[in-house]
Amino acid sequence: MNRETRFWTVMFLGGCLFLAFQSLGTARGVGQQFVVRVDATTGKIIPPATGASDASSAVKTVIYEPASKDDPEAIWSFSRTAGIWIAALLTLCIFSYLYRDNVCYKLAESIIVGVSAGYWIVTNFWEVLVAKVLVKLAPNVARYSFLPDTPVDVKADYLYIVPVVLGCMVFCRLIPKIAWMGRWPLAFVVGTTAGLKLTSFLDADFVRQVRSTILPLVVFSANASDVSTLDWKQSIQNIVIVISVLSCVTYFYFSVEHKGLVGRISRVGIWVLMISFGASFALTVMGRITLLTMRLQFLFDDWLGLVRI
Amino acid sequence: MSKTVPVLIASIVGCIMIVANFSPFLLPARQIAEDWFTIVATIAMMLGGANLCVHHLKNISDREAGWGFSAVTLISFFITIAVGLLKIGVVPESEQQVKFAWSGPFQQEGSGFWWIYQYLFSPIVSTMFALLAFYVASAAFRAFRAKNLEAILLLITALIVLVGQTRDREITSLFLPPPAEGMPQHVPIADLTEFIRKTFVTAGQRAIMIGIALGVVATSLRILLGLDRSYLGGDE
Repeated sequence: MNRETRFWTVMFLGGCLFLAFQSLGTARGVGQQFVVRVDATTGKIIPPATGASDASSAVKTVIYEPASKDDPEAIWSFSRTAGIWIAALLTLCIFSYLYRDNVCYKLAESIIVGVSAGYWIVTNFWEVLVAKVLVKLAPNVARYSFLPDTPVDVKADYLYIVPVVLGCMVFCRLIPKIAWMGRWPLAFVVGTTAGLKLTSFLDADFVRQVRSTILPLVVFSANASDVSTLDWKQSIQNIVIVISVLSCVTYFYFSVEHKGLVGRISRVGIWVLMISFGASFALTVMGRITLLTMRLQFLFDDWLGLVRI
Repeated sequence: MSKTVPVLIASIVGCIMIVANFSPFLLPARQIAEDWFTIVATIAMMLGGANLCVHHLKNISDREAGWGFSAVTLISFFITIAVGLLKIGVVPESEQQVKFAWSGPFQQEGSGFWWIYQYLFSPIVSTMFALLAFYVASAAFRAFRAKNLEAILLLITALIVLVGQTRDREITSLFLPPPAEGMPQHVPIADLTEFIRKTFVTAGQRAIMIGIALGVVATSLRILLGLDRSYLGGDE
């Protein structure tokens, strides 16, 4: 056993001993989760079952809501406790990448690839294929199976067979002889996106941005006695915005060589962009640190229960 | 033929989308096309799932390096799909819906799919993003050198905005002595951050957005006019 293996073995055993102590030696335990049983139809809390004749066994639609351990009606939840443990171990697996690429990290990575693919397929199945396609093509089937709130007077709209057929044509790409048919749905998606984005980008990201840049360079504001005075703060702000946008746009204008006056203006544009990137970098770092803090809070509070408030 | 029809489809649908923006008579057509787009894109996502399965099954059958991880991916994929589609742990939410066993929302709290999101999906994704904090800091430490004016501007702005967002954002200056009697006070870091955000960041982002918008418009027009056919791939 080399020195490195010995170090990590000692660390692992130390961690296990600490977890064992926390689990058995403290009142809060490690990752213990408690819930109350609630009747989904009435919203009333169901007291913990006391025997076979208990009235709560007659309730068919029970949901579980998180509760404090001290709540007299709270019961220990195996699934949520196991969930906290699994989430904590997976978090540590991901953090282990900071040391180097290893089996634990790859395991967590493989899990997330499978889970995220499955997650989006399931979400789209219920939100699009059932909520849009099934409701449009067979509203009665939708009402009697998954969506009882579907209005009774909804008529079937068989025009929606077209996108289903188009969608199924995507799978033609898997058969080389008819792979060319797979281009039709792709063309539909690309055409729709191009048409939608052309107008929306032109409106939101071009016209509105240009309009927002056309600002008064000298701003006067009325004070309490209704006398208008120079609002130098707002004026400076507007001047800086207008000059900055114009210089940045000049920098992005490549049809003219950046020499002389154009070169000097585009240089100011680079400075503005650098300041903008510096601020964006700082905001990104802060966002990531906030996420990191939340993960550490999860580990030390939700899982280990070390945080005392 | 194999490329003409798709180009026609893209042009016609795209033009309907554009004209509908200006004509109220075509608004229902636009709404229908948007719905169709969502449906086609959703079914295309299923193709993505099928590709994932084929790729990882091939890895397993060829016993390629790391095939065990492919098995883990497939198992987690199928478990997620089964739990989500079968609505395991979902219960009807109202008195009227009790007789419809599958009527509850698939993401209901306490259900199997909720559990997968809450304890697998969410922690791993947020930890992966949190991990970037270390790499961004490490990359910044290695790459940020105040070599020229541009780099100095970037560094100073980053420092000001970072400090401006901490709990000490109300401090008046960075290690500067208090101003002399009768002199104006130092600008608080929080105010400076706000000024940078409102002016330089807005201006920089605005210029980039204008550039992106022009790029998107040009690309969209090339697609609608059939000049850009790269999305159709090579000859098959």
